[in-house]
Amino acid sequence: MTLTAPVSLRRQVPLTIDGQPVTVFEGATILDACSQQGVEVPTLCFLETLTPVNVCRICVVEVTGSRVLVPACSRKVEPGMEVQTASERVRTSRRMVLELLGSSVDLSLAGDDVQRWISEYGARPERHGRQATGDEGDAGSVDGVVRGSTRDTAHAGHHAAPSGDAALTVAQPVKRDNPQYVRDYSRCILCYKCVEACGVDAQNTFAIAVAGRGFDARISTEFAIDLPDSACVYCGNCIGVCPTGALMFVSEHDMRARGEWDESRQSVTRTVCPYCGVGCNLELHVQDNRIVKVMSPLDHDVTRGNLCVKGRFGFEFAQARDGGAS
Amino acid sequence: MDLRVTAAPATQEERAAVDSVLGLPTSGWSGGERSPFDGRVAFSGVPDGARGNGRHKGAAETRRDLLLPALHALQERIGHISPEGLGYVCRRLEVPPAEAYGVASAYALFSFDAGPELVVHVCDDIACLAASGRPEPPAASPGVANGHSPGVGGPASVGAIAWRPSPCLGHCEHGSAVLAQRSGEEGGRTTLAPFTSADYQKLTDLGPSLGLAAMAGPDVRVPQAATDRASLRLLRRVGVVDPESLDSYRAAGGYEALRRAIALGPAGVIEELKQAKLLGRGGAAFPTGLKWEAVARNPVRPHYFVANADESEPGTFKDRVLLDHDPYALVEALTIAGLTTGAERGYVYLRGEYPLAESRLLHAAEEARRKGLLGEDVMASGLNFDLEVRRGAGAYIAGEETALFNSIEGRRPEPRNKPPYPADRGLFQKPTGVNNVETLFCVLEILSRGSLEFAACGTEGSTGTRLFCLSGCVTSPGLYEVPLGTTLRTLLDLAGGVRGDRPMRAVLLGGAAGSFVGPSDLDMPLSFEGAREAGTTLGSGVVVVFDDTVDMADILRRIAQFFRDESCGQCVPCRVGTVRQEELLARIASGTLIGSEGDELALLADLGVVMRDASICGLGQTASSAIESAVRRGLVSTETRGPVS
Repeated sequence: MTLTAPVSLRRQVPLTIDGQPVTVFEGATILDACSQQGVEVPTLCFLETLTPVNVCRICVVEVTGSRVLVPACSRKVEPGMEVQTASERVRTSRRMVLELLGSSVDLSLAGDDVQRWISEYGARPERHGRQATGDEGDAGSVDGVVRGSTRDTAHAGHHAAPSGDAALTVAQPVKRDNPQYVRDYSRCILCYKCVEACGVDAQNTFAIAVAGRGFDARISTEFAIDLPDSACVYCGNCIGVCPTGALMFVSEHDMRARGEWDESRQSVTRTVCPYCGVGCNLELHVQDNRIVKVMSPLDHDVTRGNLCVKGRFGFEFAQARDGGAS
Repeated sequence: MDLRVTAAPATQEERAAVDSVLGLPTSGWSGGERSPFDGRVAFSGVPDGARGNGRHKGAAETRRDLLLPALHALQERIGHISPEGLGYVCRRLEVPPAEAYGVASAYALFSFDAGPELVVHVCDDIACLAASGRPEPPAASPGVANGHSPGVGGPASVGAIAWRPSPCLGHCEHGSAVLAQRSGEEGGRTTLAPFTSADYQKLTDLGPSLGLAAMAGPDVRVPQAATDRASLRLLRRVGVVDPESLDSYRAAGGYEALRRAIALGPAGVIEELKQAKLLGRGGAAFPTGLKWEAVARNPVRPHYFVANADESEPGTFKDRVLLDHDPYALVEALTIAGLTTGAERGYVYLRGEYPLAESRLLHAAEEARRKGLLGEDVMASGLNFDLEVRRGAGAYIAGEETALFNSIEGRRPEPRNKPPYPADRGLFQKPTGVNNVETLFCVLEILSRGSLEFAACGTEGSTGTRLFCLSGCVTSPGLYEVPLGTTLRTLLDLAGGVRGDRPMRAVLLGGAAGSFVGPSDLDMPLSFEGAREAGTTLGSGVVVVFDDTVDMADILRRIAQFFRDESCGQCVPCRVGTVRQEELLARIASGTLIGSEGDELALLADLGVVMRDASICGLGQTASSAIESAVRRGLVSTETRGPVS
């Protein structure tokens, strides 16, 4: 039996958020305290089931006495902390983070919140100029040897001098190397969630990691080999955590390409995976009576959003016309 | 760990290179030949050879921290890291290949494609740019048209030489420098400084013998040694002692400080440091005594101590001079740090571009070990301390202390969020002390001269002397040592002022992460508080002088390029902000503005704010500082581009 202290004995930490006194349990983060208070703090790389990496920096807040802004998602509260979530400094940094991402990444599938923040914070990605297309990306290869997309071979510490004509982006061809899911890294904001889900936070498969450096940092298998050659086990947990649509079911990707994807015509049915006895919950996204995507609820005790290849991609058996006999 | 390595088997040569670092594999489980016996033993999950290496005990012990040394071995022997070679390293160390590739690809000195045996990294950074202009690729170079504009220069292959423009190589006093790497069994690394394009021939002529023999080493440029040797403290042994002789070091008073430290005991040493009011010389100016005390008092064991010798700040060469010419002093100082803070193991994290310092440090540590000054029962004190030299692989960011820990641990050199601070959770998540080389040299001075005498020099808030790296358009470039509080004018006068008596345009203080000051600031006292008051920083002691012939727009673009190249890429403000900053300067240089000049300057200011306020570490936080200071001082505008004649 695990012994935990009764909730009432946990130490309470008093602090203020935007001048309002708040009391939260010790060990809580500033983000927890803000949520408790109903103060919206935008997040991109944060997910409650993953270890905070605090890299997107959109959740920064001002803490009295701190020289720089601090990430709300990972900084633990301290007694007497004075937090400002809407000061000019905070708003400027959040606006600029959105501007920098908006000028370099395709955020069109990053969700309604992101679009709302862009307008609320007044981010204007176009201030940085016309967005460069994939072909204009910097050729970081060394000695003219190129494997796949040039971003995959960018050599750390070297890049072509920019002309200033266009804003460099992460635009690149979609990676489609397996029947289950596609990787459209033009949409990748490098939030590290997929790496965490593939690694110690969920799957412990370690098929992908961050490679390269600086703007050329990218999610990659070793030497950018195709997924079927890598350690990937197609659990799809990376898709489950991707916030920008960079990782996507082939079914969804193709329907979008054909203009058939229509969330207003979709229903989501929660059920239990039939394949084994663990009891993973599935959220079946159904359009026109066909399963088009399978997710799993983050708040479910058994799997906290994670599935295996059978639960994630086995749905094709359920809807094969011949009952999956072939 | 359930490891899946899909690469084909490594070649004999690759295995030999890796085995030279890791030893021979003992079973099929760890990358060796499979034998029927392997199927009958229970694999403990502990990689072979890991037990008893003293680093960290326990069942989950791994040797992942040997990843970087193993990658170096492949790069040196083979000339690049192949999928097969990386796969073998992964089997040996039980590191997932994707992660190992992620680590390797974060360093500039590793390559992944076969190329010429000889790779020449040519410094084209600000100090050399100001002193000698842009370096030339090897003669008649069709390879330069390799998708890279020659303006800022891209990698290229010309005949037998692979040419790589490089950030500062730490030989700024010579005005030009290359780091040459030759792969193969007879390979080696060497720096040549100064270097002209005529020297390419010399490099190809050296042939496979390129190695230690070729490293006669650049000359020592400590101009005060000739004029005023008595004033030198940290530099007093440079050029005097034989860097390869322990006897010579001891004859110059070496190891007296360690004797005193053992007599004083940890509390006594920390008290001395506090009384001396020593502030760290790495850039952050944190009180050293407090730092050591926090580590010493931490009940969690083991403790580690790290000497940060990853000097990479453009314009900085002080640590290289110290380590090239006085390596025993670092070994002694790190031993004192270890004994004082309760660490039995120390690391010197040395930048990969300093082959001479590395060989001399290794030699010094070995000699000290032989004489009972390192290892078990140091100087018959009953205490143990040993050190390891770890070599970086071309990443400025690895000099950030928490990125440095990750680098040693075999992870990507990405800074960690602070808190927790290193004294709580540092290397291997254990309490760790970390100091810059110059700071550790100051500790020796404090112990051998006494804290009072040390504190008597300098100012009230900035005690002791400070090393300044003078380079660029200055009459006598070199390493200078002056009491803190000395004015910039006095320092420049020591170096003979601006070269050729030309008018001074600007001085860059503190490196790329520092800021520009102008001719009107020369009476500024060079102390921590003086610099702060003037809104600048001493940083790593960089003083690069620019005269009126230097194209400042070009210098600023090089600084922007540097940060864009060296950002680790972890956080958005720095990863994208450094790119946008460089693009903006390119627009200003070409006169193709978006909107008005005011719009561009507002954008530059916004980039500065988000990088300074919201980046994870000091790199992003200072990536705009020099550029913004140049704008404030009118060194750049759309009208003034190109040299002023």
